[in-house]
Amino acid sequence: MTDGWKLYDPRLAWMLVAPVLLLLLLFLLLPIAVMAVYTFFTFITAGVETSQLTLANWTEFLTDSYYHGFLLKTVRVGAMTAIICAVLGYFPAYFIWATTFRHKWLLLLLLIVPFWISFTIRTFSWIHILGEQGIINVTLLRLGLIDQPLQMLYTEGAVIMGLLHFLLPYMILNVYVSLESIDRTLISAARSMGCTSAQAFREVTLPLSLPGLGAGLLLCFVLAAGSYVTPQLLGSGRDALFGNLIYDTIMGQLNWPMGATLSIVLFVVLGCFAAAYTRYMGMSQIVKGLGG
Amino acid sequence: MIAGQYGDKEGRWAWRLTGFITLCVYIFMFAPIIATVVLSFNASMFGGFPLTGFSLQWYAKLLSNEQVLNAFRTSMWIALVTAAVTTLLGIITAFALVRFEFPGKATFGTLVILPALVPETILGVGLLVLIKAVDQPRSLGLLLLGHIMLALPYVVLITQARMVGIRRTYEEAALSLGASRLSSFREITLPLLVPAVVASALLAFTISFDNTSASLFWRPAGVETMPTQILSMLKISISPEINALGTVMILVTVGIPLVGGFMLQGLTRLRKRVDAKGNA
Repeated sequence: MTDGWKLYDPRLAWMLVAPVLLLLLLFLLLPIAVMAVYTFFTFITAGVETSQLTLANWTEFLTDSYYHGFLLKTVRVGAMTAIICAVLGYFPAYFIWATTFRHKWLLLLLLIVPFWISFTIRTFSWIHILGEQGIINVTLLRLGLIDQPLQMLYTEGAVIMGLLHFLLPYMILNVYVSLESIDRTLISAARSMGCTSAQAFREVTLPLSLPGLGAGLLLCFVLAAGSYVTPQLLGSGRDALFGNLIYDTIMGQLNWPMGATLSIVLFVVLGCFAAAYTRYMGMSQIVKGLGG
Repeated sequence: MIAGQYGDKEGRWAWRLTGFITLCVYIFMFAPIIATVVLSFNASMFGGFPLTGFSLQWYAKLLSNEQVLNAFRTSMWIALVTAAVTTLLGIITAFALVRFEFPGKATFGTLVILPALVPETILGVGLLVLIKAVDQPRSLGLLLLGHIMLALPYVVLITQARMVGIRRTYEEAALSLGASRLSSFREITLPLLVPAVVASALLAFTISFDNTSASLFWRPAGVETMPTQILSMLKISISPEINALGTVMILVTVGIPLVGGFMLQGLTRLRKRVDAKGNA
């Protein structure tokens, strides 16, 4: 090594992280900065804009209720998805943590397998369950319970269903990681001091697993609110979310300044949620959940 | 044990309910996927139920679909390169983050996991706006670097977690015996990191192979990756061919990590046996 350098010299550390830092600067930070500048550019016609600075995009966004509607709907769908995920996801997480089943690893592996299966495939596979030729409609028709197929696909419910399917493993793993870190003797202690099982859960287990639940809620909310493919495949035009609006504005209308404005709005809105969360809980739980 | 065997009645009922909901959640997670796999062998002309008979014709049709084969090749090599490069970068980054103290380390650590937290739509648009601003066309290289960035957080987190468990004194012992920095890393740290390296490479491969939203923005005109190809096929109709394609994709992306995992397990066992013999 170079003379005069310490064993763990900060300069060496910088050299090691330099390639990744460069990549992140060029592909993550610079694009967001350029996008922020683009929001002030003037839109001329599809695909053409000038660097003439204007507030027109922001005025349009702030005054047009069309955009507000999209934003509210996106936040609503994201929040609903995250909450349902938390309610449904807590049970399996608790079950895997508490079970005495010998092959616990299998249950965990089954939670990880969906991460390996293409998101697009997992999403469109819902068409086989909910669609007109889906298993539910075909079964009900055969049984004579209905005369014509129920309209389940291309609704907001189908979109939320698809998002749940995609996000549940994130939630379950987050809660599980947090449950795993609980000292089990605390629960025995509570029980031996006369708590009923319900009290022990309410007073000990639940509060100690809240960090994982919180991280799961944030992750599910952010990923649901930023989704593009699910509403595209499982929703009708009315169920489009903010991500679809951004895609259409840029790829369809070729209105780059407005598309940039909408992206920055989504980034700031989701960033506020994340910042509020990290202020109270810190980043570490999310890191644990992602790496779990 | 705090498991289901709670003393009181309330606890037993709660435990049964938990088990039941867990079962439902697992069914919920796998029923649609199983339906797709089953339907890929269905003889019916339409891609849905009811089942009319067993057939492999949709797989045969797939093999003669030039567009699909092209998309498969594109996705495959992008995913392979992403896996190799991201794993290498991830190891170096994790090493710096675990072994060194440097100003700005905490900020850098957060920056590295950011691509996993920012919605892909935003990352997608951002990069497009940037290359439009500097008047560059979309290219495969750009798509590749984008995939590397998307996979990086996961690789760094996995490698970091493993690296924390490897004591630095091992490396320092090698150094004090005259090994160079590089060879101490190669001979001591890297072999101990193997499980994390394999896990990272597999995960990076699947992340790239499956990536949809960002690829829709970044792919050069006329280039389709596997997921974007499926999306454009879905715009036309749910053909049985898509079910077959989906099944093949599932086999690739689930099969490779599973086989990799078992091979790793076998390798560790083998090495233990060899070590045991050597010590005897």
